[in-house]
Amino acid sequence: MISNKKRTDARSDILFPIIGFIALLLAISFMITLIIDILIDGFIKLKDPSFYTSYPSRFPEKAGILSGWVGTLLVMAGAVFWSLLIGIPAGIYLEEYATKRGIIGKIETIIELNINNLAAVPAIIYGLLALGIFIYRFKLGESILTAGLTLSILMLPVIVVNTREAIRRIPRDIREGAYAVGATKWDTVRDHILPYSLGGILTGLIIAASRAIGETAPLVTIGALTFIAFLPPSPFTSEFPFISLDKIWSVLMSPFTVLPIQIFNWVSRPQADFQINAAAAGFVLLLLTVLMNALAYYFRQKVRRKYIW
Amino acid sequence: MVIEALKGLFLGASQKVEDRTRAKEQSKGSFSSNTKLEVKDLNFYYHEFKALKGINLKIPTKKITALIGPSGCGKTTLLRCFNRMHDLYPGSRYEGSIIFHPDGINITEKNIDLLELRRKIGMVFQRPNPFPKSIFENVAYGLRVNGVKNKNLIKERVEWALQSAALWDEVKDRLDANAYSLSGGQQQRLCIARAIAIEPDIVLFDEPTSALDPISTAKIEELIINLKERLTIIIVTHNMQQAARVSDYTGFMYLGELVEFDKTHKIFTVPSQKLTEDYITGRFG
Repeated sequence: MISNKKRTDARSDILFPIIGFIALLLAISFMITLIIDILIDGFIKLKDPSFYTSYPSRFPEKAGILSGWVGTLLVMAGAVFWSLLIGIPAGIYLEEYATKRGIIGKIETIIELNINNLAAVPAIIYGLLALGIFIYRFKLGESILTAGLTLSILMLPVIVVNTREAIRRIPRDIREGAYAVGATKWDTVRDHILPYSLGGILTGLIIAASRAIGETAPLVTIGALTFIAFLPPSPFTSEFPFISLDKIWSVLMSPFTVLPIQIFNWVSRPQADFQINAAAAGFVLLLLTVLMNALAYYFRQKVRRKYIW
Repeated sequence: MVIEALKGLFLGASQKVEDRTRAKEQSKGSFSSNTKLEVKDLNFYYHEFKALKGINLKIPTKKITALIGPSGCGKTTLLRCFNRMHDLYPGSRYEGSIIFHPDGINITEKNIDLLELRRKIGMVFQRPNPFPKSIFENVAYGLRVNGVKNKNLIKERVEWALQSAALWDEVKDRLDANAYSLSGGQQQRLCIARAIAIEPDIVLFDEPTSALDPISTAKIEELIINLKERLTIIIVTHNMQQAARVSDYTGFMYLGELVEFDKTHKIFTVPSQKLTEDYITGRFG
């Protein structure tokens, strides 16, 4: 019989959502407080255009983030390039080609088991690795190139894992449909696997990049400067083809700083005015991260609409 | 000396060619000219599991052969042996032979050219599986991967294939639309067009209508019957009425064995095996 009294154990059905909702509010409120706090602290600097076009200075009112944001953009461009160059083929290999047989199969299995662990390695360890390999072994210097390579190692595991997941979501039927008309494995990868998984790969890329953009430790380890009052030389020329390889090389070889290091530097200064600069630069960094996540969301939605399995 | 050696080499080579042609002719001689595929003592293993046991079967040319049987009897497994689809996954092993006539090639041989085999033996799957690309690109894909570059030729072949698949009139104004905008039945006919665009000798149908409504099913069945003028067709079906409606020959499979193979009307009216009769009359299934 249906009773008109609520069963006592139904109470937990009411209780848990309340606890859960409070937990959710708590998590969000930390985030919101942080954003509002740095926004208020840094507002004077944020609305000042010269903040974005000035080099750091020992006078807080003159100091800006020009070398910081330019450095961040250049280093991230390198990191994205290298991590995609290595991460996508690695992910495709593991998912589509690895047979897990014989000696190569053993290597494949070991790599597969460890790729998730790699994502959890503290960033500073990657910094030490980069110091040993890129700077001492290959003599690439304390440069933008080294920084890009270092962050790309950090991003690599996330990209490989996301590439594999995106590939795994492609139904078996689609692959079989391609093979059934006489496509080779490479045809199938090039015409189907890669294009259909691109959305997932890009999402993984942006998740990885959002983490890497805030990294300080590995870049300090490889010798990023904390005070830099010049930009890398422009790679563009006035004559056709308007860009020169030598100059690109000199950009890659320039010393650099990035936003998080700039923030760290300002926070450690005793003058109160530098704290304002730090808050403003922090807000800019946060904005970049949010923008990247918005981009990830956009790609996901776009691809979802196109490929509904 | 050198010339001698070279001569010897050439003679040896031509000897080998002769041997091979003789072997081919012999294998040709042993079949009646209307056999397309000749399955001899075929066993198929999936890891340790023996999925097909001693199958012997002759698939006639330009006829429709149906394979029926309860779930798990091995009918789809047998079908996927013909274009070696099993090779995409590890752990598959073939024993015995499937001779492809008139070439006299054994399909189950290890170093056979799988791309060429799949060009000659097309396949239509259980669930419509068009690529998430345009209608045109879906049909053109087989041509492209087989090296057809001429744009006009591709256009011609796509139109021809869509007409053969009875889809042209419905899609001719929107060839650039995504294949996913088509209905399930249209998608399946698109997959048929994709399979026949490269002019295979045989098309394998793996329960092609199991995901479709009765009207779409009727259209596909009519299409399959029309296709047999040009092609040899093997169809796996769960639906006995479908086998009776469309096929010329029927094989009844049970637990990995071919119980009976004969003309369709014979299987459905006077089966020689008790097991076949029990299945046909619905005593199990």
